[in-house]
Amino acid sequence: MSDPQADPINNFENAPDIIQLDNVSVSYRLPSERIGTFKEYAIRTLQRKIRIENFWALTDISLQVKEGEVFGLVGNNGAGKSTMLKVISKVLKPSKGRVRVYGKIAPLLELGAGFHPELSGRENVFLNGALLGYSREEMEAVFDDIVDFSELGQFINSPIRTYSSGMYARLGFAVATAHMPEILILDEILSVGDEAFQRKCNQRMKSFQQAGATVLMVSHGLDGLETMCDRIAWIDHGKLRKIGAPQDVIAAYREEMA
Amino acid sequence: MANSAKPVYDSANNRVSAITELKELGKYRYLLGQLVRRDILTRYKRSVLGVAWTMLNPLGTMLILTFVFSNFFKTEVPHFPVYILSGLLVWNYFSQATNAAISGLVWGGSLLKRIYIPNTVFGVSAIGTALVNLVISVVPLVIVMLVDKAPFYWSMLFLPVAILILTAFTLGFALFISSLAVFFPDVGEMYQVVLTAWMYLTPIIYPETLIAPNLLPYFRINPMYWMVKIYRLPVFEGRVPTWQEFLPALGWGLGMLVVGWLYFTSKSEEYAYRV
Repeated sequence: MSDPQADPINNFENAPDIIQLDNVSVSYRLPSERIGTFKEYAIRTLQRKIRIENFWALTDISLQVKEGEVFGLVGNNGAGKSTMLKVISKVLKPSKGRVRVYGKIAPLLELGAGFHPELSGRENVFLNGALLGYSREEMEAVFDDIVDFSELGQFINSPIRTYSSGMYARLGFAVATAHMPEILILDEILSVGDEAFQRKCNQRMKSFQQAGATVLMVSHGLDGLETMCDRIAWIDHGKLRKIGAPQDVIAAYREEMA
Repeated sequence: MANSAKPVYDSANNRVSAITELKELGKYRYLLGQLVRRDILTRYKRSVLGVAWTMLNPLGTMLILTFVFSNFFKTEVPHFPVYILSGLLVWNYFSQATNAAISGLVWGGSLLKRIYIPNTVFGVSAIGTALVNLVISVVPLVIVMLVDKAPFYWSMLFLPVAILILTAFTLGFALFISSLAVFFPDVGEMYQVVLTAWMYLTPIIYPETLIAPNLLPYFRINPMYWMVKIYRLPVFEGRVPTWQEFLPALGWGLGMLVVGWLYFTSKSEEYAYRV
């Protein structure tokens, strides 16, 4: 990995798969077809008119992520990137196909979703940790680290509603990355905070990567993806359009966008 | 290179059944505690009297009802405040817990779209919060009994059993109704009306003797009739329920818990798509 000219894929060819997607498809029901009342439901049942219109957010995706890889996803809004992360992190069950994951996943909550504004930073750290599946002991062990990393100092004892959006984001990131997971999922988070904090985030990510963690990231910042990722998949209208070395995929994606 | 190890997560054999959900909930027990804590701390965070409202709320209702009934209806029931309050505590517990379970799953469910959490967490933590409130509200009950010079009975030691059965029923019903509310958004609103009607069909604020004898069998279909009864007998009449009074309550409690849990978990995979 020290040689930037080496083909990144080869570095992981012999690594075992940590995430395996086999012919995965996901369909959502369109909101217009959602049945709101009992009356509607009863009428439609009688008329046998419950037609479920499906919107396929992902169709027939097969790919493998190798252990230790930094794997990126690109695609337009609504292409299915976030759906793919959800299928992998057990939030959505695929409508078709099979997902296998061989490690513990730490999903990154979107900037402190799950924070309660009236509770202090300290209380929210434990609440958020619990939402991510950690125990009290696990959170106590990393609490000081979290305060350090998020640079909140005395503010940790103030209610979160008094925080700036930057402080909010820093605390959210610090909690989610306090324990090194086997697989870290990042959905558009590197675009938050000031430049100094972004650098800090990147450093932490690199240290995880060096320690053997697999990182799965979605971003619109193409330059960032190209430098950080070992491999990138381009998702287009729910289908896997191209997968491979970052520079190849990004170039193809840029060309299409131009 | 294919991985030969056993996957941590495999969508193919990850059917959420009633049993696996129970195991998952066990793993997330720290989250349960945290959610209960959050709900209790934040509910009264901005009020001056804080948690005291848990006690003042039923106390105020009881005072109004006692005033209305003793002045307008000339009730003959001795220690009427104790009668009302003991029934109200049961009812408040039930309505508060089921409502919190609905809002927890429907509104708090935005989390379910982002990260994996066992779905039953919201229902169970709603019951936990209401249970803490129920235990706290025993304090005003004792105060009212002292002020009203009502006798204390040994039979009150039966109350934990009554609360346990009530909790089983409430949890089962909360899971059932919150699941329904995800699929039919109108259920949340409709339930408020149902709750009001349900409360007046249960002898809580009026004495059971007020019910016409020929209607009594119909009142006894209502599970809450039995829940209120086994809670109130030890406090008010100073005796433990007879088997004829106890078994219907136990049956409803356990039956509802099993039905609610099975129904809720059978829909588990759909919540993240629907909420």
